[in-house]
Amino acid sequence: MANFFTDNPDLKFHLTHPLMKKIVALKEDNFEDKDQYDYAPLDFEDAMDSYEKVLEIVGEICGDIVAPNAEGVDAEGPRIENNEVVYAAGTQQNLDALVKAGLMGITLPRKYEGLNFPIVPYIMAADMVSRADAGFVNIWGLQDCAETIHEFADDDQKMRYLPRISRGETAAMDLTEPDAGSDLQSVQLKATYNEKDGKWYLNGVKRFITNGDGNISLVLARSEPGTTDGRGLSMFIYDRNHKAVKIRRIENKMGIKGSPTCELVFQNAPAELVGDRKMGLIKYVMALMNGARLGIGAQSVGISEAAYREALAYAEEREQFGKPIIKFPAVYEMLATMKAKLDASRSLLYETSRFVDVYKAYMHLSKKRTLTREERQEMKYYQRLADFFTPLLKGMSSEYCNQIAYDALQIHGGSGFMKDYPIERIYRDARITTIYEGTTQLQVVAAIRGVTTDGYLKRIREYEAMPLRPELHGFRRTLIGMTEEYERAVKSVTDVKDNEFLDFHARRLVEMAGHIIMGYLLLLDTERDDRYRNSTEIFIRLGRAENKARAEFIANSSLNDLGYFKQIQEA
Amino acid sequence: MGLNIIVLAKQVPDTRNVGKDAMKADGTVNRAALPAIFNPEDLNALEQALRLKEKYPGTKVTLLTMGPGRAAEIIREGLFRGADGGILLTDRAFAGSDTLATSYALSCAIRKIKTYDLILAGRQAIDGDTAQVGPQVAEKLGLPQVTYVEEILSAEKGKLRLKRRLERGVETVETPMPVLLTINGSAAPCRPRNARLVMKYKHARTVTERQNLSEDYIDLANDRPYLNIPEWSVNDIECDANSLGLSGSPTKVKKIENVVFQAKEARHIQANEQEIEELVKELIANHTIG
Repeated sequence: MANFFTDNPDLKFHLTHPLMKKIVALKEDNFEDKDQYDYAPLDFEDAMDSYEKVLEIVGEICGDIVAPNAEGVDAEGPRIENNEVVYAAGTQQNLDALVKAGLMGITLPRKYEGLNFPIVPYIMAADMVSRADAGFVNIWGLQDCAETIHEFADDDQKMRYLPRISRGETAAMDLTEPDAGSDLQSVQLKATYNEKDGKWYLNGVKRFITNGDGNISLVLARSEPGTTDGRGLSMFIYDRNHKAVKIRRIENKMGIKGSPTCELVFQNAPAELVGDRKMGLIKYVMALMNGARLGIGAQSVGISEAAYREALAYAEEREQFGKPIIKFPAVYEMLATMKAKLDASRSLLYETSRFVDVYKAYMHLSKKRTLTREERQEMKYYQRLADFFTPLLKGMSSEYCNQIAYDALQIHGGSGFMKDYPIERIYRDARITTIYEGTTQLQVVAAIRGVTTDGYLKRIREYEAMPLRPELHGFRRTLIGMTEEYERAVKSVTDVKDNEFLDFHARRLVEMAGHIIMGYLLLLDTERDDRYRNSTEIFIRLGRAENKARAEFIANSSLNDLGYFKQIQEA
Repeated sequence: MGLNIIVLAKQVPDTRNVGKDAMKADGTVNRAALPAIFNPEDLNALEQALRLKEKYPGTKVTLLTMGPGRAAEIIREGLFRGADGGILLTDRAFAGSDTLATSYALSCAIRKIKTYDLILAGRQAIDGDTAQVGPQVAEKLGLPQVTYVEEILSAEKGKLRLKRRLERGVETVETPMPVLLTINGSAAPCRPRNARLVMKYKHARTVTERQNLSEDYIDLANDRPYLNIPEWSVNDIECDANSLGLSGSPTKVKKIENVVFQAKEARHIQANEQEIEELVKELIANHTIG
């Protein structure tokens, strides 16, 4: 009888951000669908009301079905029967409920039977589903693949594949191979063009493929024989109805056990090229990954929410030394810090989602009509922000998710280590978030450009200039101080003009920017609603201390110091 | 073959989460303290209707509910899940109806609807727990009735095959149509609201609701007739006014008492043959089982 939307006022708070007005206007383009589709919104208020009502359905399904099933799904897991993946009973029940409720193809246009929702409410749904069952969100959230098909496939492919996703068929993105993990340029799976029938055929092995037996798979394959790098790779759609892929095994994982992670053998599998040859990795996978990283941000926030709630409930209930353990400073500090990290992560999640929303809406609009100069500029501006913020979000929120899950289990003491409480499952589920869709270390590689090109600094300056109530100016002064310190740290690293030195300090610099940005986001949330004041207070204190430690480390390091850290290689 | 199905549904106070203030001092239900919900077993009944609709194309599902103006919410909840339409039976003259007066009013409304193959109702409502309205409606309409239905197996050639959940087992029965069924809580739970249907029907209103609310989309229903929820009063159905409401209700509540369950100490037994056997013997001896 729980509703994960209505029991969490933070969601509605982020849903009603002022920028939604622009996002809805772009996405609905003068509300032109309203005469053609009986479920299209009539105006801005109507659209927002629809998002809210639909999110209430998601919240109800999460609270009443997905969350109660999570324990059973974790124990049962998926299996292979007759070369098909059979989900755990609870997983199938979750999926059936969401499909029946029409919650697939959420962001797709109505002509493909989608709901035409912006990214923000879609991510909000993913946030709730992740809180309910972090493994299940992988299956449901792979509807992201539809977005890539929508962006890059031709009209005929869109008409054939997208409505199937809207009706509830699942998807997969087949990228990783045994020898191509982080380094996707090494993908070997062969795509061969058959001149006779004018079709492509796939041969080779994919590994660690989430929902590998999904109905519609996007496959990265080498279409240009003789090439060895990313420029020889193209993107293909494989339709499961061809039955030309062997499911070799399902991995036995530490967490997200309900999500089937498959090893696949493509055996002359017919496939369709998406978009242009050779653009597979360079363009399409990058877009796919950005969407997926935003999804992991949502997953991290959802898991953090679940972990925080478990810890809070336990700390209020558990009595030691004659009082609930939440009364002890060691425990309440942990809880308040968890809450601050959770609030900051969620704020960054929706800020990033809004950037993606604006630029994607412009991009789709540009296919319908020519954008004005201002519109083009705005699209570029938001795309740049989205590019900088996506790796920052993925890196920061997944690391926080792990810290929160760790502390949440710690608060449970010995009981947390037992299978009796959900926290051990949540803890195991959290672990993958800093690893897949690019490790934290790879997010830093993407995010460091935001440091060196001043991308983050420019946005920080914009936050700095936003209006604030006088009583909040103190926070801003602290953040301005942190920004000056950050600039000094960046300068002292870049002045060395050595790439290895920059790589060495990259994570420190990215995290410093992250703490400032997340501090500002919480501050701006507090400007809109005072309920975030406490988290702002705690987060900025924490961020200031963390940044000082990093600045100190950087200030006392020189290029020669790298030698100490390299020593181990020679041993 | 499409069926015409009427689902009887009631808006009830959510008695599953009763707090201290659930009853007023005078012994009546404090409706303000309890949220109004779709009676749970009526949702089970709606689900059976919607399954038939999926199975037999052309099937039409109409909700019928009697209650105050706000019971229009029940019709909307039904539309959000896949019902084709609904009628709100509402009039001050219905106020204070017991099961007899309620079933009379409902049967008059059903006579007016005229075409139906199947009437589905939840076994009972969680506020009164009488389980009388369904069977009484069947009697008044001269229809056969099957109670405690858990699943409708098929509806072919004018006949229904049904599974009934009884105290000691399951019974499979066959009945001609038209027929009234009461659906048991053990039947499949109702599907969630559907996103598209919610967006399509969220502006559905009765005339009274349109008059009372400051609605922004007041003219919308002119172009979209499906957004009008029909509202029937006493004048819309052929009935004897004396059989309605308080005057038609022989039930008189004499007194309502709070019953406090007396919790006794729990007893733990070990999971071995001997202790289980001793417990079973004891329970047989004191007639708890047997």
